[in-house]
Amino acid sequence: MTELRRRGGGGEDPDSTDNMTDKEGEDDRLLGLQGDTEAECDVDTKADAADVPASTADTDNTPQCLNKALEGLPPRWKNYWIRGVLSLAMICGFFLIIYLGPIALILIVMTVQIKCFQEIITIGYKVYRSYDLPWFRTLSWYFLVCVNYFFYGETLADYFGALVQREEPLQFLSRYHRFISFALYLAGFCMFVLSLVKKHYRLQFYMFAWTHVTLLIVVTQSHLVIQNLFEGMIWFIVPISIVICNDIGAYLFGFFFGRTPLIKLSPKKTWEGFIGGYFSTVVFGFILSSLLSQFQYFVCPVGLSSESGSLFTVECEPSDLFVLQQYKLPALVRNALPWETVTLYPFQIHSIFLSSFASLIGPFGGFFASGFKRAFKIKDFASTIPGHGGIMDRFDCQYLMATFTHVYIASFIRGPNPSKVLQQLLMLQPEQQLSIFNTLTSHLKDRGLLPPTA
Amino acid sequence: MGTTRCTIVARLMLIKFCVLCVQIKCFLEIITIGYSVYHSYHLPWFRTLSWYFLLCVNYFFYGETVTDYFFTLVQREEPLRILSKYHRFISFALYLTGFCMFVLSLVKKHYRLQFYMFGWTHVTLLIVVTQSHLIIHNLFEGMIWFIVPISCVICNDIMAYMFGFFFGRTPLIKLSPKKTWEGFIGGFFATILFGIMLSYVMAGYRYFVCPVEFNNDSNSFQVDCEPPELFQLQDYTLPSILESVTGWTTVRLYPFQIHSIALSTFASIVGPFGGFFASGFKRAFKIKDFANTIPGHGGIMDRFDCQYLMATFVNVYIASFIRGPNPSKVIQQLLALRADQQLFIFNSLKAHLTERGLLPALEEAAA
Repeated sequence: MTELRRRGGGGEDPDSTDNMTDKEGEDDRLLGLQGDTEAECDVDTKADAADVPASTADTDNTPQCLNKALEGLPPRWKNYWIRGVLSLAMICGFFLIIYLGPIALILIVMTVQIKCFQEIITIGYKVYRSYDLPWFRTLSWYFLVCVNYFFYGETLADYFGALVQREEPLQFLSRYHRFISFALYLAGFCMFVLSLVKKHYRLQFYMFAWTHVTLLIVVTQSHLVIQNLFEGMIWFIVPISIVICNDIGAYLFGFFFGRTPLIKLSPKKTWEGFIGGYFSTVVFGFILSSLLSQFQYFVCPVGLSSESGSLFTVECEPSDLFVLQQYKLPALVRNALPWETVTLYPFQIHSIFLSSFASLIGPFGGFFASGFKRAFKIKDFASTIPGHGGIMDRFDCQYLMATFTHVYIASFIRGPNPSKVLQQLLMLQPEQQLSIFNTLTSHLKDRGLLPPTA
Repeated sequence: MGTTRCTIVARLMLIKFCVLCVQIKCFLEIITIGYSVYHSYHLPWFRTLSWYFLLCVNYFFYGETVTDYFFTLVQREEPLRILSKYHRFISFALYLTGFCMFVLSLVKKHYRLQFYMFGWTHVTLLIVVTQSHLIIHNLFEGMIWFIVPISCVICNDIMAYMFGFFFGRTPLIKLSPKKTWEGFIGGFFATILFGIMLSYVMAGYRYFVCPVEFNNDSNSFQVDCEPPELFQLQDYTLPSILESVTGWTTVRLYPFQIHSIALSTFASIVGPFGGFFASGFKRAFKIKDFANTIPGHGGIMDRFDCQYLMATFVNVYIASFIRGPNPSKVIQQLLALRADQQLFIFNSLKAHLTERGLLPALEEAAA
């Protein structure tokens, strides 16, 4: 079968019509989305493929009651009111979920993850018009299930080691977890290869890559969020609240004082909003941390308590991070304020770093999503939330935050999980266990934690 | 002794360097295809960003490997210790910088192209860099875990080709019209035989069998150890069917040879799917070969397409069925715990060891 080297892969550009022009439509032609004469892509060659047809954000999901209440207002104000009401509703929903506790939170995170995945995959289908290739939907969802199984299995094995050891089937699943996950993934991979259809290779590869990148972004973040949650609900609530506050704060400051545009990508953002949002977020984070650090419900790591036998106890001795400590103010600040020392929770200092990240780097997640929407010519990811767009629109700044919080905790806050270390210890060879035991004994004796005679 | 140490270190470094070169070449080949498909030569940021991301991901993986396996060495050197303690944070910060540069580099009329290249780079990194680091992990388990899988895949390639050449009649899959069922099945049996023989030959030498470790006392790498049970000849009683055929009651095998059957089976049955994937990819983007690096064969990727799944499989296989956790990593984590957690583990471990009779009960009485 003769293969044509059509695209000049050796760095040459023999075809003069392939020279890059500055038209997005030209990009689309080169990307094979229209007019591909090899008929490799199943696309409509006549239609204007520069616009993704039937944008998912066209449908209006505003509930009838809201519509009726805002009938008399001009459209611009109506839009603001809808946005405002929905914002309030989402924040109330957030409080409700926190009240319900960790299990509800995990379920909500999973639901959000599935919805985000669905939104992005739907956009991919629309862009590539691959509705008529039914295997993709099955395969995409199958890969989602596989990756979730892998991550949830790891989390369960880590945090509920004691429970897992008790149940025989769970023990088997946990011991060979990686192998089982890999086998499941391979089955999906082989199904993909077997499903390659002659004229749709490129489409299928695009959808395969699209699915994987989406999984990488959405599923990984959601599991990092859950791992943060297990560290203590405060590590879940504070980062998310800070990002929400930054969104709202930047919007309000931009609304009232905004003048200098920030970035070409999002013309509505301004420097005034950016800086105002930064300071308001730092203050908000500071206050919120001091409020939440007092309650054991928020501060304690979520774990399975073997004594009480109940799932997800949140009772413990608060760690040093959440115990009030005295800090001496540096000389400069002491001149400004009459206090010499100030009593703070150490966590509040950490919250300053979290807020800084949320305000300075978090918006890049938003710009990334804006660029993405601009690239694929969609107004919103979906129209799930009236006035706001899809779930992804609300969560675009949260991605980097979840990863950052996780890395921050792993690097600066906690050490490894003791039950996991013990689990690994018990799996070693006896000689290795003995040698580690001796090392540990001498280490503890050095630190004076063990009497020298033991 | 000094020359042996130097040789081992030199050989290790050479192998790691080779793996790194192959990885970079594969990455380059795939990225170049992306550039030609999307005609994005004139967007100079992409090449910089792609290489930058490659560097970041490699730094992350190599750092993890170094921290895991050379823990004591790292603890001694102050700058290394700081780099290792905050390794994840540093890697993440580096990656974020690249991410922000990408966002800042978005140019008005080329958004879609840029996102495609971003996605292309990440998927390539996922495939190429992850696999190459899994190969290095396998290598540290013992060179036999590096040599036997790669040889099995190569053998399967060659044997399937030869069986197909001489006996090939029924086509296997529309995607690769040259492959035949006869080649597939013949290659399967030939690879299993080859795997068993190769394992037999290699399992006798410590050089291949011992895990690469960093010896804290002698301050060097070593491949000297007591061969694990996996590599000691054992007697197996043949099932009665085979007994009647061959006339032997027991057979002496290395347990590793039985594992090699599993590895060969994977290489012959699932490995080719990696090849079909690559064929589909080339078909989709209308290229004959990934590049022209090797005359007559194509690019490096053409030779390594079946190896990807194999490297991951071997790594998962080892983690699931062969070894437990890495002891130096466990010590590392132990020493990072808080004092009360360490005491808790100390007591649990003591109870466990005493129960198994590894600690003399006298110690308990004296305490």
